Amino acid sequence: MNAYLGIDVGSVSTNLVLTDQSNKVLQAIYIRTQGQPIVSIKKCLGMVLKKHPDVNIKGVGATGSARQLAGVITGADAIKNEITAHAVAASTLVPGVQTVLEIGGQDSKLIIIREGVATDFAMNTVCAAGTGSFLDQQAARLGLPIAEFGQLAQKATLPVRIAGRCAVFAESDMIHKQQSGYALADIVAGLCEALVRNYLNNLGKGKRILGPVVFQGGVAANPGMRDAFSRALDREIIVPEYFHVMGAFGAAIIGKEEAGRQGGTKFRGFAAKNLDVAAESKECLGCPNHCEIVSIVNGEQILARWGDRCGKWSALNNAPMTSEEEPLAHDLKHA
Amino acid sequence: MKVTFPHMGHLSIVGKGLFDQLGVEVVVPPPITKKTLKLGIEHAQEFSCLPLKIILGNFIEAAELGADTIVTSGGVGPCRFGYYAQVHREILQDLGYHYEIIVVEPPDTHFSELIQKISYLSNGKSLFQVARALRMGWAKARAIDVIEQKVQQVRPREVRTGTADDVFQWSLKKIDAENEIKKIWEIQRKTLHELDGVPKDMEKTVLKIAVIGEIYTILEPFVTFDIEKHLGRLGVEVSRSIYLSEWINDHLFMGLMRVRSTKEAAQMASPYLRHFVGGHGRETVGSAVRYAREGYHGAIQLAPLTCMPEIVAQTILPVVSAEEEMPVMTIYFDEQSGEAGLVTRLEAFIEMLYRKNDFGKRRVQSERLFRN
Repeated sequence: MNAYLGIDVGSVSTNLVLTDQSNKVLQAIYIRTQGQPIVSIKKCLGMVLKKHPDVNIKGVGATGSARQLAGVITGADAIKNEITAHAVAASTLVPGVQTVLEIGGQDSKLIIIREGVATDFAMNTVCAAGTGSFLDQQAARLGLPIAEFGQLAQKATLPVRIAGRCAVFAESDMIHKQQSGYALADIVAGLCEALVRNYLNNLGKGKRILGPVVFQGGVAANPGMRDAFSRALDREIIVPEYFHVMGAFGAAIIGKEEAGRQGGTKFRGFAAKNLDVAAESKECLGCPNHCEIVSIVNGEQILARWGDRCGKWSALNNAPMTSEEEPLAHDLKHA
Repeated sequence: MKVTFPHMGHLSIVGKGLFDQLGVEVVVPPPITKKTLKLGIEHAQEFSCLPLKIILGNFIEAAELGADTIVTSGGVGPCRFGYYAQVHREILQDLGYHYEIIVVEPPDTHFSELIQKISYLSNGKSLFQVARALRMGWAKARAIDVIEQKVQQVRPREVRTGTADDVFQWSLKKIDAENEIKKIWEIQRKTLHELDGVPKDMEKTVLKIAVIGEIYTILEPFVTFDIEKHLGRLGVEVSRSIYLSEWINDHLFMGLMRVRSTKEAAQMASPYLRHFVGGHGRETVGSAVRYAREGYHGAIQLAPLTCMPEIVAQTILPVVSAEEEMPVMTIYFDEQSGEAGLVTRLEAFIEMLYRKNDFGKRRVQSERLFRN
């Protein structure tokens, strides 16, 4: 069976989507990254092989903040940023979509699409209030499982107004409202509204939000946030079936396109899950910048390198080598 | 007297050329590194903008090399930078550095003062010698800009990443060491020829993006994580709204030389922005208009966080972007900026422009850029 892989390694979760020729999702995996991207990528590959032992991968795309790493480990055909991947995924699943709201673990994005093409986007810059990590933290503080957090918001009769400009102040304001005796459901619903306000103020500046509006990313699982968006924008909010793995879905489509253009895939095969891949960091003393150079190694072989400002280390990426043949060894601290 | 001055892109080569001709001993601050930034952050107020902090770091590092006199610029209008020389003076004094500070106010508003200060610095050199020094500074500034504009065109097309930059670095060293104007022109000619010879992929579709915004941020690559090199690697030909030689010509030579002028940019800001708003706010808006009409695919506004003139410009740019049909993205920088976030935004912006544009017509144009 021919299939395509999309991998999205983010701050909080690692997602993998397996699609067929017609972009139908065969398998969607969502696991926590837990600060170990290499381990979680290998784990995802193992899960695919277990469910589809006869699969024949024809193209791979990688996205997310660890897209370079994921790309190197799997041998991806396309390595694309999250915004492009999410835009491609949304316009494939919801034809005619004009606005994409995406909230992930640590960042949020707003993508404006016109006639199937992204025309404008914004990404949170100074504040991470309202992203998954903050909601997680608040749920934990209130002793609520994150899955029930949104449902509780739906039971609110009168959402309390929470100051959501800053995550820390939002928390102090919530505590203050709790101490004053407001109902938990009303506070949780108020928090959702505050976060939506924060999102629209930070990202929506000067952008025309037209329907259909798609809401995706891990936070879209929260019905409280969905309702708050719907009220704030005064329109229906569409949450696609695979809202939690849209980045990976987009990556799979882009990987398929790129492999088609190249006339074949660069996929390393599922043996990649057994590779002894590790990251080694060293400090370069070539100039006072003292960049931390990360080398991705497979045993003795160096697969890729990045982290330098001048480009002399990452330029070596085009020439695979072993650590024996280090041309710039004199600059390294621990050489 | 050992004179030092702030870094700003390749300003140090120009400044050193000028002061050498005047017979003034110069201490060029060490190149800006994380250490410079760290010194600046440690001793400056948290809320001041990034240029103040990095320049403070330059002065501290230069003092360690024996500099005792600072030549820095002042400014007029609502931009805080006009006040920074005084802030630097206070901080350096508190830290125990005994600097004499000479503040050069914008020459087009205080020209006689400039002459006075130059003659003080040069210890009473003749006007002829001063003029020769200015010509030397100009020759170096212009050569660097002409070469860099070519580098900006070669970067996205070169077969091996970094070739054009190697040539550029080599020419900068040559220009820095040279003290004869004719030889500088020769280096310029040679380097341009060499850049023509760099192996290029002329079939590649290349986007044209303008970098607009606050002068320090767009001229100093350390602040922006070398954004122009990132763009080059992503297949983008870059043009900048302000080049150092243009600024020198506008403000020092009253526009006497025939190079592009930021005054045109200021005029083109109308009707979107009809007032001076401090710094280069009006030029940023005008440059966006100019580049859009020149057919550029997009523009990126760069500014230090909290930069008031650029915030004014930013609020106007969405209208310019819609009316002139050119996407514009704004990126602010401060010491908290991360390279990964920057690269993700650049990739997304460029990807968006690629998917949007039809390149059929533009390819013909770009083939005429190079002689071979």
